[in-house]
Amino acid sequence: MSMTGQAMTRREWLLSERPASRMQARLGRAYVTWRRFSANRLAMVGLFIIVALLVVAALADVLATHSPYIGDLKNARLLPPSADHWFGTDDLGRDIYTRIVHGSRLTLFVVVLVAIIAAPVGLAVGTVAGYAGGWVDAVLMRVTDIFLAFPKLVLALAFVAALGPGIENAVLAIAITSWPPYARIARAETLTVRNSDFIKAVELMGASPFRIVLRHIMPLCLSSLIVRVTLDMAGIILTAAGLGFLGLGAQPPLPEWGAMIASGRRFILDQWWVAGAPGFAILVVSLGFNLLGDGLRDALDPRSGDQ
Amino acid sequence: MSVVETEGGRARGSDRALAIAGGIGRFLLIAVSTYLGLLAVTFFIGRVIPIDPVLAVLGDRAPESVVERTRREMGLDLPLIEQFWIYLKAAVNGDFGTSVLTTNPVMADIRRVFPATIELASVGTLIGTILGIPLGVLAAVKRGSLVDQLVRVVGLIGYSVPIFWLALLALVLFYAKLQWVAFPGRIDIVYQYTFTPITGFYLIDAALQGQWDVFWDVFRHIILPGALLGYFSLAYISRMTRSFMLNELSQEYIVAARAKGLSETRIIWGHALRNAAVPMVTVIALSYAGLLEGSVLTETVFSWPGIGLYITDSLQNADMNAVLGGTIVIGSVFIAINLFSDLLYRVLDPRTKTR
Amino acid sequence: MSGGNLLEVEDLRVTFPTRTGKIEAVRGVSFALGRERLGIVGESGSGKSQTGRAIMGLTPPQAEVSAQKLAFDGRDLLSLPARERRALRGGRVAMILQDPKYSLDPVMTIGRQIVETLRTHEKVSKAEARERALDMLAAVQIRDPKRVFDLHPHEVSGGMGQRAMIAMMLIANPELMIADEPTSALDVTVQLDVLAILDRLVAERGMGLIFISHDLRLVSSFCDRVVVMYAGKVVEQLKASELSQAQHPYTRGLLDCMPKIGADRHPLPVLQRQAEWAL
Ligand SMILES: Nc1ncnc2c1ncn2[C@@H]1O[C@H](COP(=O)(O)OP(=O)(O)OP(=O)(O)O)[C@@H](O)[C@H]1O
Ligand SMILES: [Mg+2]
Repeated sequence: MSMTGQAMTRREWLLSERPASRMQARLGRAYVTWRRFSANRLAMVGLFIIVALLVVAALADVLATHSPYIGDLKNARLLPPSADHWFGTDDLGRDIYTRIVHGSRLTLFVVVLVAIIAAPVGLAVGTVAGYAGGWVDAVLMRVTDIFLAFPKLVLALAFVAALGPGIENAVLAIAITSWPPYARIARAETLTVRNSDFIKAVELMGASPFRIVLRHIMPLCLSSLIVRVTLDMAGIILTAAGLGFLGLGAQPPLPEWGAMIASGRRFILDQWWVAGAPGFAILVVSLGFNLLGDGLRDALDPRSGDQ
Repeated sequence: MSVVETEGGRARGSDRALAIAGGIGRFLLIAVSTYLGLLAVTFFIGRVIPIDPVLAVLGDRAPESVVERTRREMGLDLPLIEQFWIYLKAAVNGDFGTSVLTTNPVMADIRRVFPATIELASVGTLIGTILGIPLGVLAAVKRGSLVDQLVRVVGLIGYSVPIFWLALLALVLFYAKLQWVAFPGRIDIVYQYTFTPITGFYLIDAALQGQWDVFWDVFRHIILPGALLGYFSLAYISRMTRSFMLNELSQEYIVAARAKGLSETRIIWGHALRNAAVPMVTVIALSYAGLLEGSVLTETVFSWPGIGLYITDSLQNADMNAVLGGTIVIGSVFIAINLFSDLLYRVLDPRTKTR
Repeated sequence: MSGGNLLEVEDLRVTFPTRTGKIEAVRGVSFALGRERLGIVGESGSGKSQTGRAIMGLTPPQAEVSAQKLAFDGRDLLSLPARERRALRGGRVAMILQDPKYSLDPVMTIGRQIVETLRTHEKVSKAEARERALDMLAAVQIRDPKRVFDLHPHEVSGGMGQRAMIAMMLIANPELMIADEPTSALDVTVQLDVLAILDRLVAERGMGLIFISHDLRLVSSFCDRVVVMYAGKVVEQLKASELSQAQHPYTRGLLDCMPKIGADRHPLPVLQRQAEWAL
C-alpha cells in the first residue's frame, strides 16, 4: 500500500505543473516524453533491439561459442545450422553465430563513430550559419546544399577508393557525406530561437557570440538532432554494410556483416545461411534504429504524428 | 496576393519578368555551384588524397616511362589551383582520362554502359510509382486498415534491408529454386551477337525491331533487378504518398468538395491526389536518382552491365580514372534530376507561377 | 413549402471521442426552418459549425451524430443511404465555408470547380455547364466572368474567392443554404458586398438560409429568426425583430456588449459567464 502511495507521489511530483526546481522540470518533461514513447509498442521493440545490440556487443566474448577468427577447416566447413553451430559455419569453418556476435561491435563502432564525427560538424555549421546570418549563412548553406545534392553512396565509394579500403576509412567517408542534413536542422532550430527574448537577454549581459552558440543555442538543437541521427543510423549501417560487401569496408578476417555476406555470396545457392544470417542481422538492427527513431520523433514532437 | 485585382498590366508584367529572370539566375547559380562542388570533391579525391596520383591512376605495374609521361600529362608539377583548372576544363568536356582496365577513354566506356543503368532504374521507378501511389493513397484514406499496415511494413523493411542481400535471396528463390527468371546479366548469350541495339535500351530496341523472342528474354533478365529496385522505390513513394495525402485530406477544400456532393472517389483522386501530385513529382524524381545510385550495389549482384558494375569492377582493379569518371557522371545526373524536379515543381504548382 | 418545414432538427447531438473522454460539441439542439433566414449565434466553440456540418453530413468520421429527428423536406437524414445523402449535398442543401483561401481547391481553376458541382447534380453538356457557370459568376457580381473562370484561387482576392465559393455552392439551385461565417475572413468593406450578394440571391431564389456567425448585430439585421447557442446548447430562440425582449442572461449579455451609435458607455461592459448556462 505504502509502495503505491509513494509511487503516486513520485508521479505527481514529476507531473507537477509548478516544478520547484529546474531539475524537477527537466525530469518531469523527460517523464512525459517517456510515457508517450513507451505507449508506442513498435518504438519499444526498436528500443529492445538496440539495447540487445548493446548487450551483445558488450558481452560478445561471453556469448560467443567459438573463436570468431579461427575455424575448423578440416571438419567444419560450410556446415548447416545445428546444435553446435547455431547459424552454421562458413567456408573457413568458422562459427557464423560467433562471428555475428562479434560483428555487432563493428556495427556499433561504425555507427557511433559516424555519429560523433558528423553530428557535431553539422551542429557547428548549422548553428554558426543560423546565428551569424548574412554572407556566412549564405556560404555555409550553399556548401551544405552542394553536399546534400551528392549521391552519398557513390561518393563514399570514391572516397574509400582513394583512401584505401578499411573500416576507419569507411567511417570517415560516411561521415563526410552525412553531416549536411544535421546542419540544415541545426540552422532551422537556431533561426527559431535567434530572435527570442532570452537570447537577447543573454546578449545584453555581454555573452560572446561563441558562448551564446555553444551554451544557449546548441543545447536547444539537440533533441531534433538526436532524432535525426537515430533515424539516420539505419542508413549508416546499410552504407557501411554496402561498402563491406564491395570489399571496401572492414577487411578480412574481421567479422563485419556486409563483408560476411560478400564472402558467403559464392555459396548462396547451396549454403544460403552463410550469407543469409549476417544479412538478417543487418536487417534487424537497422529495423531497430528505424523503429526507435520513429518513436523518438513522435514522442518528442507529437505534432509530426503520422506525417 | 490579389495580383488580378490590381490593374496596370504593364507594371505587373515587368515585375514578373524580373522575378523570372531572378529565378533563372538563382537556378543557374545553384546548378553551377553544385556542379563545381562535385568536381572539386572528385578532384580532391583523385589528386589530393592519394599520395601518388599517378600510381592511383596507373596502378603499380606501369613501366617507368609511362608513369613519367602521365605525370606530365596530369600536370602534377603545376600548382594545385592550376591543376584544378585543367581538371575542370577536361571534365566539362567529358574527358575523364583513360581506363586502365579497358584501355578506352572512360567517357566512351560510360556511354556504352549507362543505358543499361537508365533502363533498369526506369523499370524500377515505373514499378514503384505504379504500385506505390495507389498503395499510399489507400493507406491514407483507410488509416489503420490492412493496407495502411502493409505500407508501413513495406516501408520499414525497405528502409532497413540491405539491398544486395535481398537481391541475393531473390536470386536464390526466383532463379535457382523457381526458375522464373533468367540467369544474371542483361540478355541471353544466344542473342548477344544476333541482336543489334539502337537506343541502348534493350526492351525498346527489341520491341522496335519486332523481335519478340528477344524482348521476352530481355524482360526475363530485367524483371528481377527491376522489381527489386521497384520495391525500394515503392517503399519510399507509398510512404510519402500516404503522408502527403493525409495532409491534403485534412484541408478545408476537401470539406468544401464534400459539401458539393462529390463522390469520395472523385474527392480522393480528383482533388486530394491532384494536390498531392505536386510534391509527389519531387519524390518520384528523388526516388529515380536514388535508384541510379543504388545501381552500384544491385548491378554487382545481377551482373548487370551498367555504370554501377563498371564502377565496382574498376574499384577492384584500382582504376581511379574510371571510378571518378563514373562518380562524376552519376553525380551529375543525380544533381540534374534534383534541379529538374525543383523546376518541375514550380511548373506544376499554379501557386508558384505568379509569385 | 406546403405546410411542412424545410428542415427539422430535434435533440441533435455531436460527440467526439478523445483520449481524455468524450467531448460533446453539440448537446441537444432543436429548431425548425422554413424558407426563411435563421441566424445561429454564439461564441467560439459553442458548436455552431458542428451543428451546420451535422446537417450537411460533414461531421468527421470519428464523431458520433444522433438526433430524435433530423429531417430535410420530410426525409430523415440520419437513416438516408450514403448515396442519397450525398446527392442532397450541393444539390438541395449547400454550405458556404468560412475562408475562401482554404476552401477552394488550389490547383483547379475556379471555373472547373463550379462546373464540377453542376455536373455532379445535373446531366448537362460541358458547353452548357460552362455557360451556366459564367452566368453564375456574373450573378455573384464578378465583372469579368470569362477571365475569372480560368483563374486559380490564389490569383483572386479574398472577396472574389468568396463570391466564387457562393457561385460554386449556388449553381445547382439548392433549397437550403448553410453559410458558416461566410464573411469572417474578409475585410470589413468586402464583407458587406458579399453579404449583399448572398442576401439578394437567397431572396431571389426563395431559399432557406442558416446563417452562422458570432456577430449578433449582423445576424439580427440579416435574418428573420435567431438561435443563440452556448456550450453546445440552444439557450434562446427568438424573432430578430424581438431581440430587445430577449430573456436569457447570455443573450442579454451579448446585446449589452454591442456598441450603439450615440451611446457613450465607459467602461465597455464585459460578458460575465455563469456556470449554470452550460448545464
Ligand atoms: N475534430 C474535433 N475533435 C474534438 N473536438 C472537436 C472537433 N471539432 C470540434 N470540436 C469541438 O466542438 C466544439 C464546437 O466546435 P465548433 O467548431 O462547432 O464551434 P463554433 O461554434 O463553430 O466556433 P467558432 O466560432 O470558433 O467557429 C469545440 O469546442 C471543439 O472543442
Ligand atoms: Mg465555426
